[in-house]
Amino acid sequence: MNIWLSLSKDKLAVMSLLIIVATLAAGIFAPQFAPHDPTEVNMQLKYAASSWTYLLGNDHLGRCILSRLIYGIRPSVLWVLVALAISVCIGAVIGFIAGYFRGKIDAFMMRICDVMLSFPGYVMTLAVVGILGAGLEHILIAFVVMKWAWFARVIRTAVMQYSDMDYVKFAKASGSSHLTVIVRHIVPVTFADIAVISSGSICSMILQISGLSFLGLGIQAPNAEWGMMLNEARGVMFSRPELMLAPGLAIIIVVSAFNFLSDALQAAINPQLKTAQRKLQASEVRVSSYESIRG
Amino acid sequence: MNLLEVENLCIWDAGTNETIVHNSSFHVKQGSCLAIVGESGSGKSVTCRSLMRLNKAWIRQSGDIRFKGEDVNLLSAKEMRKKRGKELCMIMQNGMRAFDPSCVVGVHCKETLGAHFDWSKSEMEAKMKRAMESVMLKDPISLLNKYPHQMSGGMLQRMMIALALVFTPDLIIADEPTTALDTISQYEVIEQLLLLRENMGTSMIFISHDLGVVRKIADDVLVMKDGEIIERGPINMVFTEAQHEYTQYLVSTRRALSHHFKKLIGEEL
Amino acid sequence: MGSYMVKRIGIAVPLLIMISFLTFVLINLSPLDPAVVVLQAQDIPEVTEELIAQTNEKLGFNQPFMIRYLHWAASCLQLDFGVSYVTGESVWLTIAPAFLNTLKLTLVSSVFIIVMSILLGVACAMREGKMMDKSVRGIAFFLTAIPSYWLASIMIWYFSVHLDLLPTSGMDSYRSYILPVIVLTISYAGIYFRTVRSSMLNQINEDYVLYGRASGLSEKKITMHILRNSLQVAISIFAMAIPIILGSTVVIENVFAWPGLGRLSVKAILSRDFPIIQAYVLIVAVAFVFFNTISDIINAAMNPKLRKDL
Repeated sequence: MNIWLSLSKDKLAVMSLLIIVATLAAGIFAPQFAPHDPTEVNMQLKYAASSWTYLLGNDHLGRCILSRLIYGIRPSVLWVLVALAISVCIGAVIGFIAGYFRGKIDAFMMRICDVMLSFPGYVMTLAVVGILGAGLEHILIAFVVMKWAWFARVIRTAVMQYSDMDYVKFAKASGSSHLTVIVRHIVPVTFADIAVISSGSICSMILQISGLSFLGLGIQAPNAEWGMMLNEARGVMFSRPELMLAPGLAIIIVVSAFNFLSDALQAAINPQLKTAQRKLQASEVRVSSYESIRG
Repeated sequence: MNLLEVENLCIWDAGTNETIVHNSSFHVKQGSCLAIVGESGSGKSVTCRSLMRLNKAWIRQSGDIRFKGEDVNLLSAKEMRKKRGKELCMIMQNGMRAFDPSCVVGVHCKETLGAHFDWSKSEMEAKMKRAMESVMLKDPISLLNKYPHQMSGGMLQRMMIALALVFTPDLIIADEPTTALDTISQYEVIEQLLLLRENMGTSMIFISHDLGVVRKIADDVLVMKDGEIIERGPINMVFTEAQHEYTQYLVSTRRALSHHFKKLIGEEL
Repeated sequence: MGSYMVKRIGIAVPLLIMISFLTFVLINLSPLDPAVVVLQAQDIPEVTEELIAQTNEKLGFNQPFMIRYLHWAASCLQLDFGVSYVTGESVWLTIAPAFLNTLKLTLVSSVFIIVMSILLGVACAMREGKMMDKSVRGIAFFLTAIPSYWLASIMIWYFSVHLDLLPTSGMDSYRSYILPVIVLTISYAGIYFRTVRSSMLNQINEDYVLYGRASGLSEKKITMHILRNSLQVAISIFAMAIPIILGSTVVIENVFAWPGLGRLSVKAILSRDFPIIQAYVLIVAVAFVFFNTISDIINAAMNPKLRKDL
């Protein structure tokens, strides 16, 4: 509960959270929010400037840009969250097993993680998309394949750290079953670490998925996706550069919001770090060196 | 004559506006040893760092600190730097972390000596060698070419004492020099500090929370709690007729511990 | 130090073997029959059972899995990655010049990224909490949220089209490097400067800095010690950064029509040219392991304590 309290004091975090919630809601209820059908072609309105009926104007096929933007939230943000949730779950299961039982299982699983992590992210994604072919679902599969190892690594470290604590040892010694110890004593404390790393990697995933769609490897036309909209806008970049603006800004705003939220979350979860600069930086080294691997 | 006089020293954190040390005054007599005792977070270390103006930028201090009659707070940064090491020398708690981990220890010695004296390399080496031998560090030249992680905590602690020997400072500030050590190294380090005092007549401020060690080395004691000095006086007085209940508590727990220990040993025998 | 290097390289070898195996497995996981892909790629109008069998025979697809892997691995060691399904040309001859082009762009960008990160990181760490530190961090935070291809497109529009100063695409002269390098520097320096800054701040709080100061060392000397220690962390991260940048120039290459690996691989993916994809993944992964090993060795040379840990 303290986390919520200190988050609510941070104005930037509150604003970010509002933006994220609004975006998610708009994405889930896209048919209700969007003023028009995002795939409705109307050649008479080709490149029309913004008007009261079409707030953000129309694209090269006369489709409503605002509606496309709203429907674009689904693949660009919502599906990314789903992929993230799946990879966190896989990573958590493996991380808990490896960190809790240790020994040979741990060594074996960590070697697999090493191999997975020795592929740079972007290349791995391209490899998977290369095998399965272009398409949103293939990119999402690639994300899961690529990210679980990283989550398993981080969660394992956290689990090891917590299972060394005296109260956990006590619970073990007093005869609680492994499952009870994990669920009652370890899951709640590692939850914070999991929240921080997953909120941090959302940003890179959103940027990547839009990048791949931009290359034409993601969702297929006529579906709307932000990277895809930018790709279409790029075709007419020299004559109509303004078409690049709306989807680009949408990505920047959402990614910044997640960025700020992840930062605030980190500070809220470790309140003492705010004053004791030292540890914050230690964790920052860890987090940012991961961010750098995002590729 | 008082070597160091501190009056109305206040230390506070400019970031959070928290006061760390309240209005403390104390002094160190020429040639004597003052021990500052207290639990961690009581402001002992911050007080000592403030004497050398070594606290972080956001930690501010006010009050008079007169060292050999000069107000330390009024010195320029350059003058202050000249005093550090040569006149005011610090011995740190954790020898393992006090030296740059990626340089051999000799580099630190050479740099500090070079900052204060115009000695040639061979002169420095000879002086270092003599000082290291007198703190029982064997084979000094090869030690100077070792990295900190290749030496033990006690050895590094004695390295710092050896450096202090070369500088012959007026005041040595030892910030819990024995806390991180095992009992045998602790004994060695204390012996060296005692010898240092005997041979050079240096004054010393000795920070510790180990009353046993304090009793051995100090002439006067200050007890600090929550940034305030709650007890002061000659060492024997504090041990026998402590005024403040916190000090009584400290002394009695120590006595209870050693009593218990003696009893155990007695029973074993 | 010598024994450390031998051990460290010894660790890399099994990793390389596993990576090559994984790459091979990945490609073989494809739901498509490779023979069908080959035939389709060659625009054969009618794919018959007979033709598939012939192709399988010709390209050795019907041998046992491990045998195929060993064959493939052996020929990879001789830089023979097979022939492209689409053009029928040697994969190595197609990919080598592209790899060189990408490597050029990567190395030039890396130099700028590293220099910028160190300058900004050190400058911010020295002025921690002051205006300059706060504003640089704020701007960097914002810049990392910008998709690099969007920034690239905007820059092409402004500098190449609007002002007509720089070429829009291709790789003709040093001027072609300017925009891609700026875009890559902006997207990566924002991340890496934070690493430099925080590792520097970690060092500033170390006891040896306090002891150095307490011994009367000049600020200049102390800064040199801090730099020496904090750059160790930075160097290992930078050595890792190079293959990461290499892998992620994909998007930038496509925006600037840079004739490199990224464009080649996207083209290969769209036409399902498996040998090229396979070679691409393998080459970048090997580069990754290579730079990783180098970074560890440099680190050990700078920090003798690490040599013991292996």
